[in-house]
Amino acid sequence: MMASTVLNFVNTTLDWVTHALDAPSASAIVFGFNIGGHLFIEVLLLVVILFLLSQKSYKPPKRPLTNKEIDELCDEWVPQPLIPSIDKDLQYEPPVLESAAGPHTIVNGKEVVNFASANYLGLIGHQKLIDSCSSALEKYGVGSCGPRGFYGTIDVHLDCEARIAKFLGTPDSILYSYGLSTMFSAIPAFSKKGDIIVADEGVHWGIQNGLYLSRSTVVYFKHNDMDSLQETLENITSKYKHTKNLRRYIVVEALYQNSGQIAPLDDIIKLKEKYRFRILLDESNSFGVLGTSGRGLTEHYGIPVEKLDLITAAMGHALATEGGFCTGSARVIDHQRLSSSGYVFSASLPPYLASAAITAIDVLEENPSLLTKLKNNVAVLRKGLSEIQGFTIASHPESPIVYLRLKKSQGSLNDDLRLLENIAERVLKEDSVFVVTSRRSTLDKCRLPVGIRLFVSAGHSESDIHKASESLKRVAALVL
Amino acid sequence: MIAIPYLTALTTYFSYGLLFAFGQFRDFFRKIFDWCSSNNLQGYAPICLGLEDFYIRRLYLRIQDCFGRPISSAPDAWFDVVERHSNDNNKTLKRTSKVSRCLNLGSYNYLGFAAADEYCTPRVIDTLKKYSPSTCSTRVDGGTTALHNELEECVASFVRKPAALVFGMGYVTNSAILPVLMGKGSLIISDSLNHNSIVNGARGSGATIRVFQHNMPAHLEEVLREQIAEGQPRTHRPWKKIMVIVEGIYSMEGELCKLPEVIAICKKYKAYTYLDEAHSIGAVGKSGRGVCELLGVDTADIDIMMGTFTKSFGSCGGYIAGSKELIEYLKYTCPAHLYATSISPPAAQQIISSIKVLLGEDGSSRGAQKLAKIRENSNYFRSELQKMGFEVLGDNDSPVMPIMLYNPAKIPAFSRECLRQNIAVVTVAFPATPLLLARARICISASHSREDLTHALQVISNVGDLVGIKYFPAEPTKQQQDGKTVKFE
Repeated sequence: MMASTVLNFVNTTLDWVTHALDAPSASAIVFGFNIGGHLFIEVLLLVVILFLLSQKSYKPPKRPLTNKEIDELCDEWVPQPLIPSIDKDLQYEPPVLESAAGPHTIVNGKEVVNFASANYLGLIGHQKLIDSCSSALEKYGVGSCGPRGFYGTIDVHLDCEARIAKFLGTPDSILYSYGLSTMFSAIPAFSKKGDIIVADEGVHWGIQNGLYLSRSTVVYFKHNDMDSLQETLENITSKYKHTKNLRRYIVVEALYQNSGQIAPLDDIIKLKEKYRFRILLDESNSFGVLGTSGRGLTEHYGIPVEKLDLITAAMGHALATEGGFCTGSARVIDHQRLSSSGYVFSASLPPYLASAAITAIDVLEENPSLLTKLKNNVAVLRKGLSEIQGFTIASHPESPIVYLRLKKSQGSLNDDLRLLENIAERVLKEDSVFVVTSRRSTLDKCRLPVGIRLFVSAGHSESDIHKASESLKRVAALVL
Repeated sequence: MIAIPYLTALTTYFSYGLLFAFGQFRDFFRKIFDWCSSNNLQGYAPICLGLEDFYIRRLYLRIQDCFGRPISSAPDAWFDVVERHSNDNNKTLKRTSKVSRCLNLGSYNYLGFAAADEYCTPRVIDTLKKYSPSTCSTRVDGGTTALHNELEECVASFVRKPAALVFGMGYVTNSAILPVLMGKGSLIISDSLNHNSIVNGARGSGATIRVFQHNMPAHLEEVLREQIAEGQPRTHRPWKKIMVIVEGIYSMEGELCKLPEVIAICKKYKAYTYLDEAHSIGAVGKSGRGVCELLGVDTADIDIMMGTFTKSFGSCGGYIAGSKELIEYLKYTCPAHLYATSISPPAAQQIISSIKVLLGEDGSSRGAQKLAKIRENSNYFRSELQKMGFEVLGDNDSPVMPIMLYNPAKIPAFSRECLRQNIAVVTVAFPATPLLLARARICISASHSREDLTHALQVISNVGDLVGIKYFPAEPTKQQQDGKTVKFE
């Protein structure tokens, strides 16, 4: 009822308006033209529109903060504390060594068997290394007092670079002053914004940081999973089909320190060649360990070293010195000498450590038996631990890092770690066997399960190894 | 702030323009040759893109003999520089067996601990025999020896902080600490000339980075006020925390940080302070405790003190010193503590021993003498250089003194001519400095004798005349230059 009334009313009004405008009184004849009411209204509207357009649009007045207001804001602002409150559970004081970190060391005045040092070839305490270091110390002093560009290049650095290149059969190599900085300086030197890096999700923090600093597009694939790698490469290739001059890299570790797994280089090479990627390989834990003469993963798989574009390694493991190196073609190495931040902007490696590295490679070349001893030790330990309760051996059969992973997780990473630490502590206290857990920094993005790591050395005797496996088995049976 | 005369700016631009044009010209022909010869890219993008290494190929290689000169002795006051020769127009350099004995004005050997030392070296060798060169393990695993703990206590008390943490490399110290402390939603305010390791650490942290003009506390205050008022970009939430990062001595300028002013501002605006004493620790201050001691700043006002052992102490590595809680926190979060091989024991012993010498705990006054000597040497050398009319940057007491060269051709001319007369100097050009502001850098050591320095001054003066780098007339009138200069930051 109501609606029809309103409709009627509107219709009558409209009729009336039309009528009024058509009425002779609403129109006039100007110069013989009949100007209707419509035209009049339209002109009126146009005038109104023009008038409105000519007006300034409304802007809220600009009122920048006055000094007083800024003062108030500054007074009000309360920063968070520099560090969050410390979680007591995570605090941990490592055992303090009172002698060299060789296969046997002294902790708390007691001799213990050391499975915590990556002294794979047992070169800690080797007389030849100590002799070469002490003569270098007398000749060159301790530090080099300058970056490589500014008189920090000492002849032993050049000799060491040549020695490494000769040992690996590469054209050239470059020394870094710290193992950790090698990868995170080398990656950003070659991969920039827009380039693509496919990396294993289990890579260590040094690589993760390098990937982040390069600002490249980083895609992770499942840890050591070649199907996942292929799938990732396939996706990327189809996605970036039309982009030219895009550098593509695969970043893998030869022997993962986070799991003890060995990268299947033969498969990776096939995929790399199929999809045209370059490989950056980190040999920190495999250099001087894998292959018949310790030349690393390429020798292990019988792959010519030229197939890889860049190999990096830390010298703080098998070579029992410090620093790191990167090796590859002359062009790749020369490029780093001016573009790699950790090389250009850092003081060079102390010369005695470079001379230790040269000696360590000499020792390795002269004594291939070290490698057989190491392999044998790894086999003995794995056999000894094969029936350990609550653990699985997650590492590769040839890996000198024997990685024990919990069969049943406690639920969270921290709970697992606490349990493992408890075991490690008891093993050290009760049986004088020094083993360590895989502790993680809060910055580490690696999500692989934690575990107990045993770094096997060629310097361990069979009885040391038996002692370790028996002790671990005993404590694991008690705790788990 | 460096004032460069118009004419010099013009000729420098012209030189670089010429070098660039020639480089491009040669690249053009190279491209044609490459195109003619077989194309071996096989679908890979080149690992070094053309423009990325243009500077290296066409500019740096021409003068690469001025950089990276190998030496075959300790970097002491005098050292043996290995001669090199090139058969392919400087593209590659070959070492020869010839050496020349040169006066070392390039190494960061501020206190003269680089060479064998009567107190340090025997102790270092004993440590080597006891602990071997390396632990092959990280600090949290099997890399903490009694020596490492002793070193940390020693460093903490030396820099007057409750606790300290030591790493095996100075660069890693900066670049691994910042990501632990700062993150998304925090703000890092950094001096524009801070070292690359700080820049990389700040980038790695994911925090927002703002830069203030080099050593200008007034601009720092301006940036702080603006940032606190604005809050985070886009969201305008207040910043979680703000950290101001400065260096004690800027290595390329030789300037001392205006620390008292910076600290006052940071206190006022509740920002945390991070002081990098890479070059100043050991080198300045009455007992060698760095800029805080020199400028009278209480170390308690600085939240994080960082420094390296490569320079004054003649070793390697770096430290972080701060409150006990901070160091505790770093011990289970900092990747350099968890993943990097611990500092080599002999290097650790070198640091302990050299600190003991500095503090006179070796039973002699050698430390005090060294500190007096470096100060005296630096101030003498700087004032003499200024008298000669060189444009010398930096402050008194700083052992680092850059001499401005500007023109690219003057870089090799100065360096080669000095070397010919057995003075080894460092020349610095892009990328370590802005393109226009190439310079030579002198680092004075306590091991230089007065005769060494007068001899060096004589040679540098002659070479300076020859190369034409005495930009100021013999006695500079201060305001005279102002009218016709372009300002560069």
